[in-house]
Amino acid sequence: MNVIQEGEGELLGWMDPDEARRWMAENKSRSLSDKRMTLREAVERFTRDGDYFAMGGFGHIRVSMAAIYEMIRQGRKNMAMAAKTAVHDIDVLIGGGIVDRVECAYAFGHELRGLSPTGRRAVESGKVKVVGEISNAGFQWRFKAAAMGLPFMPTRVMLGSDTLRKSSAKVVDDPFTGKPLCLLPACYPDFVFVHVHRCDMYGNAQIDGITIEDIELAMAAKRLIITTEELIDTEEIRNHPDRTAVPFFLVDAVCVLPYGSHPGNMPGLYYSDEEHIAEWLRLSRTDEGVEEYLEKYVHSVDDFPEYVEKIGGAEKMEYLARLERLEVPLEAPWARR
Amino acid sequence: MEYNLTELMACVSSRLLEDGKSVLVGTGLPLVSASLAQRLHAPNLLVVFEAGAIGAKIPTIPISVGDSRTCHKAVMAASMDYVMSCAQLGLVDYAFLGAAQMDMYGNLNTTVIGDYAAPKVRLPGSGGGNDAGSLCRSTIILMRHDKRRFVEKLDFLTTPGYLTGPGAREKAGLPAGSGPHRVISQLGVMDFDDETKRMRLISVHPGVTVEEVVENTGFELLIRDEVSETRPPTEAELKLLREEIDSAGIVLGKG
Repeated sequence: MNVIQEGEGELLGWMDPDEARRWMAENKSRSLSDKRMTLREAVERFTRDGDYFAMGGFGHIRVSMAAIYEMIRQGRKNMAMAAKTAVHDIDVLIGGGIVDRVECAYAFGHELRGLSPTGRRAVESGKVKVVGEISNAGFQWRFKAAAMGLPFMPTRVMLGSDTLRKSSAKVVDDPFTGKPLCLLPACYPDFVFVHVHRCDMYGNAQIDGITIEDIELAMAAKRLIITTEELIDTEEIRNHPDRTAVPFFLVDAVCVLPYGSHPGNMPGLYYSDEEHIAEWLRLSRTDEGVEEYLEKYVHSVDDFPEYVEKIGGAEKMEYLARLERLEVPLEAPWARR
Repeated sequence: MEYNLTELMACVSSRLLEDGKSVLVGTGLPLVSASLAQRLHAPNLLVVFEAGAIGAKIPTIPISVGDSRTCHKAVMAASMDYVMSCAQLGLVDYAFLGAAQMDMYGNLNTTVIGDYAAPKVRLPGSGGGNDAGSLCRSTIILMRHDKRRFVEKLDFLTTPGYLTGPGAREKAGLPAGSGPHRVISQLGVMDFDDETKRMRLISVHPGVTVEEVVENTGFELLIRDEVSETRPPTEAELKLLREEIDSAGIVLGKG
């Protein structure tokens, strides 16, 4: 194949498919074992300074925020993040000084809520470096190539753009049609957290609603930690095998963390906490405010259950559950009318 | 009935969406527009979201293109791979886009203002914008109209419009017959000239002159021989927008 163009972006998360096969065969156990552990232990064992990682979910939807806070608590540093539409997670990680490199499909913004003061400040001052651009579909197809054990995924996105010029993709002449085609390199993150609705002690996991790119991402992850709202019996998994989104042999750890996506949305269970996110957006306008937030919600609490108490406990979560069921109208402090 | 400019843009863009077609929407104004079309002339408009929801009947404005509201009464809760593959397969007719900068070929910048290595403003990046602009058949661009946004040269080309003109998309490998369809600003409606693929003014909103549009455009805008006046929002449209679709003013309250 004739290579027409090569992106200048840094190639992160790459492995040769044979190297990937070897890694998977040696590190992913095909035997059933109890993988439950505390989040503290999972973060200690499976995340290292300098790693390149991705979070399951999307934006502020079904993201393992509990794991984000624990990484800050443990003081990880020099990490590179796959911003496959990363919103509150990347924001607090940048604020906490954990992430200094970003491969960016979408970051430094909060969708409808506006731009992120922390993320913008960090990139504009050079504290955080964007090492590559990509699109949302581009990112998930990088994970899909990895999930298929292939070196790349051919696609028709990003062609003709600066997004491609600053990415790690290459453009070739397609041998079948003769037309230019964008090849997205496989991406195997060092670790991935996926937050799910329920799973058993072996890691067999069910997701309600859209799966976004988590099925592919779970297969691409070198280390996969499942955080779950609820632990269920394996019999329930075996009675409904069509519901399994992630099978046990991909999973390295299982952490039971009710409300683990807060302040994000957990489809069917609770809506996003706009009051909390507005507090972050207000505080994060200054470095001092960022410190105040992190002290209040991360450093001064021991673990996630204590955080849940701090953000309003059962009463707040019941309100967010009612909001999710459309029983109360949404009040967004950042909206104007 | 009085209306603000965001309401006007929502109404004008919703009228472009035909019943029985599919549209990839972002949240915010595009979703308001698609919801309005669903409630008026296009009850069977197929609304798809990049994160995986297909065919929802939107009850209230989602904050994210992935949140649970995007699945309300949907026909399928799928994945990003599924939705983007549908777009690549040619099943998505329309997509909405917005940007910080746009040039005369409808190319868009949502990545940086200023120098890439030392940006004056770092914006979120492509998100699903490049994918929508690459893969969907026709894109509708919603943008504020001024010289800082309608520019001669982009600081960064995040999402392809017609690139450098006729045939450029196909030459780059993008799907044949795809590209920008309309631009709707707070001043008027533009299309793209068949021959040159350059942006062309086709209608001005009530109270706006052609000169005003030209003055607010940072590149040479083509002007159709007969520029019409945009039909203002109807009472029925405004009532739906204010009472049902965005009663909290999350999108339309911004004026």
